[in-house]
Amino acid sequence: MRKIRELRVGLATCGVAAGAERVYEALQHEVETAGLRLPIKRVGCLGMCYNEPLVEVVHADGRIDRYGHVKPEDAPRIVSGRAVKDLEVDSERFLSRQVRIVLENCGRIDPESIDEYRANDGYRALEKALREMTPDAVIAEITASGLRGRGGGGFPTGMKWSLAAKEKGPKKYMICNGDEGDPGAFMDRSVLEGDPHRVLEGMVIAAYAIGASEGYLYVRAEYPLAIARLVSSIRDARAAGLLGDHILGTDFSFDLHIKAGAGAFVCGEETALIASIEGRRGMPRRRPPYPSSSGLWGKPTCINNVETLANVPWILRHGAAKFAALGTEKSKGTKVFALAGKIANSGLIEIPMGMSIHDIVFDIGGGIQEGGELKAVQMGGPSGGCLPASLADTPVDYEALKATGAIVGSGGMIILDQETCMVDVARFFLDFTQKESCGKCTFCRIGTKRMLEILERICAGEGTKEDVGRLVDLGEKIKANSLCGLGQTAPNPVLTTAKYFADEYAAHIEGRACPARVCKALLSYRIDPATCKNCGLCARQCPASAIADGDGAQVIDEVVCVKCGRCRQVCPFGAVLVLTGKVSE
Amino acid sequence: MEACFPAAKATRKAWDQIPRRPESIIPLLQSVQEEQGYLSEEGIAQVAAHAHSAASAVYGVATFYSQFRLRRPGLHTLRVCEGTACHVLGSEEVMETLKELLGVEVGETTPDGVFTLESVRCLGCCSLAPAVMVDNETHGRVGRKEIAAILKRYRKDAR
Ligand SMILES: Cc1cc2nc3c(=O)[nH]c(=O)nc-3n(C[C@H](O)[C@H](O)[C@H](O)COP(=O)(O)O)c2cc1C
Ligand code: FES
Repeated sequence: MRKIRELRVGLATCGVAAGAERVYEALQHEVETAGLRLPIKRVGCLGMCYNEPLVEVVHADGRIDRYGHVKPEDAPRIVSGRAVKDLEVDSERFLSRQVRIVLENCGRIDPESIDEYRANDGYRALEKALREMTPDAVIAEITASGLRGRGGGGFPTGMKWSLAAKEKGPKKYMICNGDEGDPGAFMDRSVLEGDPHRVLEGMVIAAYAIGASEGYLYVRAEYPLAIARLVSSIRDARAAGLLGDHILGTDFSFDLHIKAGAGAFVCGEETALIASIEGRRGMPRRRPPYPSSSGLWGKPTCINNVETLANVPWILRHGAAKFAALGTEKSKGTKVFALAGKIANSGLIEIPMGMSIHDIVFDIGGGIQEGGELKAVQMGGPSGGCLPASLADTPVDYEALKATGAIVGSGGMIILDQETCMVDVARFFLDFTQKESCGKCTFCRIGTKRMLEILERICAGEGTKEDVGRLVDLGEKIKANSLCGLGQTAPNPVLTTAKYFADEYAAHIEGRACPARVCKALLSYRIDPATCKNCGLCARQCPASAIADGDGAQVIDEVVCVKCGRCRQVCPFGAVLVLTGKVSE
Repeated sequence: MEACFPAAKATRKAWDQIPRRPESIIPLLQSVQEEQGYLSEEGIAQVAAHAHSAASAVYGVATFYSQFRLRRPGLHTLRVCEGTACHVLGSEEVMETLKELLGVEVGETTPDGVFTLESVRCLGCCSLAPAVMVDNETHGRVGRKEIAAILKRYRKDAR
């Protein structure tokens, strides 16, 4: 009989959405009825979201079996270990090239157990900092590690801390930015859900380094589970003397509050975030003064991203040199990325800086879904750009990526294939930034609107030859003249696609064609009479009643057709054709 | 004005803990919406009174953030993710299907008062795109079949 130490079920948002809660209950029931004394742990996200619901069986000798796409009825097989071959997932390729610092505990420990965090060296870095190091020594260590802000800007963390530390007290604030507004990214959510104490520990250490007595954790409203886990973690940390007055019996006191965001992308920007905590409309203001000298309620304030802070305990425990040994000359350590889009293994990964985009997509990500072809990688969301497949050898490095027009960004990586229209992607992001613009400055408020109108026109097949030039011109001006980072980066998705996919813009404008067959106005649906078996399935499914009996085959009335594509999906014979362009025959 | 909001005792007690300062406007509004499902005029006035702020300032905050709504929603709120990952994996079709099945546009509530249709930019569940959130529950990889099943389930519960 094999000896099992514990079972782990991934119960982060992704797991729960895939039905892991029911799997957990089934396992519990199975263990109980079998009369076994086997702990079943609720853990965070291991990163292999493509296999959710995911169950791990940890053997007494430390060996781990991983089972994916588990259904409640699989519980008996998993507990007995018999006939489970078909559930086993091959995680070797996905995990072997990753280096886990931030995600060290994610998917391994019970995020709601402070004891388990402590048993895994948790809060040891805080103890070391408070008992053995001066605030200056902590800052020196972080500076030596080369850690840079993971919220998108890449500002050196040690330098940010020393600026805040130099300011006069007594009142200073430490803020953790968990707004994660990039639509298509979930790094910070996974860390907050899977290892909340790590973020708290990083925050307390930062507060000690800069001399802050009070802190705020600002979390997106769309992350209810992360907020719930933070609330219980803060309570446990307080009870254990790791937060509040006289932390660990020292003279240092620090306490913190959670602020749930209320749905505004711009609130990720630091001055807007401060306005939001103060209870106002989240509008950015001009800098300087920077928050380090005048932030929350005019007091010196240090703002760091969730992932930045999650690196801090590890650096203090292992030393700056070990962190700095990872990565490239100017980009040290690791970076967490959320892989999504047309990728086979979508999920959360952590890689040493310097790895190429190609290796991320093909080695770790398992390539493109259903044998598609890599077309581009969108990095950094609405502030970022599209890196074409031809530049896939670019390493993950702040400066190298910036030179291409894309950015490392906060870690969203959306993989695009030949079925993605790059003009549509640019339109999508402009639609986003235009709606999220707070409206304070003219270039951002009106400029993004004009850019969006041009892009909509192009997607509708009404673009003119001058449009691309207009987009670039407007884009450059918006970048140069906007007040905050939102406007200063909003044109990036357009500028990079216009640069690397000029032919696709030309196809839309001159050929009235969408090569990826996405822009509906440029498509027409037709049934190939030679392939059609006249079964009438499409006609029954058509929501617009646009399909009728023709001469031995079904025929689509193009005037009535709404181009929803359902006929193409249901046709068993592949007889529905999608045509595009002026010369579509 | 006589205080008739917050109505629930638990909420009233929670408000005692919330500082009577403008910085509390957002958490107060969140608590009103939690209890009523939206921000009534009366709720906004109460928040203003508690936070020692002008009602116009509270209204300004409420209209800035997309989380807040000023109209009473249906029993269940469907939020279709229109984030990047969901967009490239077909969220538009999900949205069109829901509009068709419910007969409403984004922001509207079905005549029977059961569903309100909304959109959201990323639920943080991108690896299971396209995603839809029903109240506080996230559903991943939704296609036509799943949508029909979801609607059926919640309709049944509503009876
Ligand atoms: C429009 C806009 C949105 C932003 N959103 C976020 C965000 O969601 N999370 C984040 O950590 N930083 C965000 N930032 C960056 C912050 O302003 C700030 O630089 C960061 O939180 C600093 O932390 P770091 O140095 O640890 O990266 C955003 C900036 C802009 C201009
Ligand atoms: S893009 Fe839809 S969940 Fe992230």
